[in-house]
Amino acid sequence: MNIGNLFKIAVKALSNNKFRGFLTMLGIIIGVAAVITMLAIGQGSKRSIQAQISEMGSNMIMIHPGGERRGGVRLSPEDMESLKLGDLQDIQTQTSFVTYVSPAVNSAGQAIYGANNTPTTVYGVNRDYLEIRRYRVQDGEVFTEQDIRTAAKVCLVGKSVVDELFPEGQNPIGKVIRFGTIPLRIIGVLESKGYNSMGMDQDDLIIAPYTTVQKRMLAITHLQEIICSAVTEDYTEQAIEEISRILRDNHRLKDTDEDDFSIRSQQELSSMMTSTTDTMTVLLAVVAGISLLVGGIGIMNIMYVSVTERTREIGLRMSIGAKGRDILAQFLIESVLISVTGGLIGVVLGVGAALLVNLLASYPVFIQPWSVILSFAVCTVTGVFFGWYPAKKAAGLDPIEAIRYE
Amino acid sequence: MREIIRLEDICRDFIVGEETVHALRGVSFTISEGEFVTIMGSSGSGKSTLLNTLGCLDTPTSGEYWLDGISVRTMDKNRRATLRNRKIGFVFQSYNLLPKTTAVENVELPLMYNSSYSSSQRRQKAVSALEAVGLGDRLWHKSNQMSGGQMQRVAIARALVNDPAVILADEATGNLDTRTSFEVLVLFQKLHAEGRTIIFVTHNPEISRYSSRNITLRDGRVTGDVLNGNILDAAATLASIPVEED
Ligand SMILES: Nc1ncnc2c1ncn2[C@@H]1O[C@H](COP(=O)(O)OP(=O)(O)OP(=O)(O)O)[C@@H](O)[C@H]1O
Ligand SMILES: [Mg+2]
Repeated sequence: MNIGNLFKIAVKALSNNKFRGFLTMLGIIIGVAAVITMLAIGQGSKRSIQAQISEMGSNMIMIHPGGERRGGVRLSPEDMESLKLGDLQDIQTQTSFVTYVSPAVNSAGQAIYGANNTPTTVYGVNRDYLEIRRYRVQDGEVFTEQDIRTAAKVCLVGKSVVDELFPEGQNPIGKVIRFGTIPLRIIGVLESKGYNSMGMDQDDLIIAPYTTVQKRMLAITHLQEIICSAVTEDYTEQAIEEISRILRDNHRLKDTDEDDFSIRSQQELSSMMTSTTDTMTVLLAVVAGISLLVGGIGIMNIMYVSVTERTREIGLRMSIGAKGRDILAQFLIESVLISVTGGLIGVVLGVGAALLVNLLASYPVFIQPWSVILSFAVCTVTGVFFGWYPAKKAAGLDPIEAIRYE
Repeated sequence: MREIIRLEDICRDFIVGEETVHALRGVSFTISEGEFVTIMGSSGSGKSTLLNTLGCLDTPTSGEYWLDGISVRTMDKNRRATLRNRKIGFVFQSYNLLPKTTAVENVELPLMYNSSYSSSQRRQKAVSALEAVGLGDRLWHKSNQMSGGQMQRVAIARALVNDPAVILADEATGNLDTRTSFEVLVLFQKLHAEGRTIIFVTHNPEISRYSSRNITLRDGRVTGDVLNGNILDAAATLASIPVEED
């Protein structure tokens, strides 16, 4: 008997019992839709985190004074001031895996212009900082080396600060704002970067020469932080090794001494954060997979009922010449049809649900092609697997007994 | 006449727990092409067992069986299935039509398991079989939209559609009233007249008078085998049965 005929028979049998077929499919539909939606949401958040991190600079390396902070041990004041300008210059000149290096000294306070004011932070940095953090200047220009040398009272401002201080939309360039008591002339406005993955407003900042912040605001000579960027993300490890060696040399640490600084990389942070979403994705997928399994068991159950109900039909088919394998194939095709149709509907629903989540909750989703292919394959296998046993039972019936079955 | 069926000393034992039931104890006979044989006997005499053997559904415990010159005894399941598909037409007491399925589709069924038929040939053969049993106007009726007599005629059409060497009927009129039984009997006589070989198991001694030969079974043995010299005409009998009116 050819497959085409078996196919017709199976379709006919299913269409005789459409509603039941649909109920059986429901398990598969929900399972597949769940797998696809869950994976789309998991992948979506992973990708958006990755994208935001790389926006921030995925090759970024941050050096802080003081060693690894362990178990509440207070840091000595010398430790807190271990990073000096000399360290910065050595990193600039002696490394081969580091492209940009910037000092960072920050001061939080109130920015004031006329009657408007807003709480924000001034980052004292050099010109490399913009490259490392991937800020771009929208209007005006960046301060010069000359400005750094003279600790000039100039600054670049982020979009959020502009919005707060100049609500009427005046051109901020050339305006003098006050930060605390220090007047700063705006020479540039930064392009907006929006919020980062931790929900921080990346446009709420003022950037000034680090010398200005050190001398005029904080009255310090050390650096609070050094930020660098590795040549590429892949060279982060090497860059960290180089920096660590330079700093240990500079600080005259013996082999047995612990670091008096700590180095973190964005790469570390990113793999930490994506591993959380990976775990979440796996968990979601497992839950969804279980519902697929339950759907499969539903198929098996219905196929059993169907075989028992149609015992006489099976007996008749055998008596007019159906072989065991024809009966086996007929019931297998039926269960695969149920699962594949359910799978198709599930794919459509799952993709639809993912898009809806994206549209209504503006949550990032990413439908991975393999998740569609995989769940589809799984549900075909489910159909064969769970259909096999009932079909085998049908094929093994004795025609004489089957045809008399009441 | 060509020999269609040859049984030699067929025995069929069933083992039920400790006991052995001898359903057939050495049955031998031959049936030629074009015979209309009724098989009679009391309940439990082995009629159905014999018919299952003839229909290649069951294998005898011992003895030889040739169907259309082919020895069936040594065949495996699959080859017997193919043999049933090509050489045998079954008619059952309880019709056994597929539910929610049209007459044509029911009749097509045996040909579905024979890949040498295309779907248009299948359709054409099914339609002409249905016309042969007088259901040319009921082709697209579903099985649940027909009377018992009509369902049995669809079943007969299904048994005819593969041009079998022999048509086997087990109590084919058992579920029908007298009038409808005779309608079916008329049909069998028509098939007989067309030269088909028919084996008809029945409880009803009257039916044997409409066949060409009558075999009687008792306790798994053939106790009588007589040719009928005076075959009654079922159509005439049918005409004499008053149409019930209520
Ligand atoms: N599958 C079986 N297992 C055990 N014994 C069986 C089986 N089939 C038939 N028999 C026995 O074989 C004997 C003949 O049974 P069979 O069904 O052939 O009788 P029958 O002549 O068709 O009777 P009826 O007119 O009531 O249909 C009976 O004694 C029955 O109990
Ligand atoms: Mg019987």
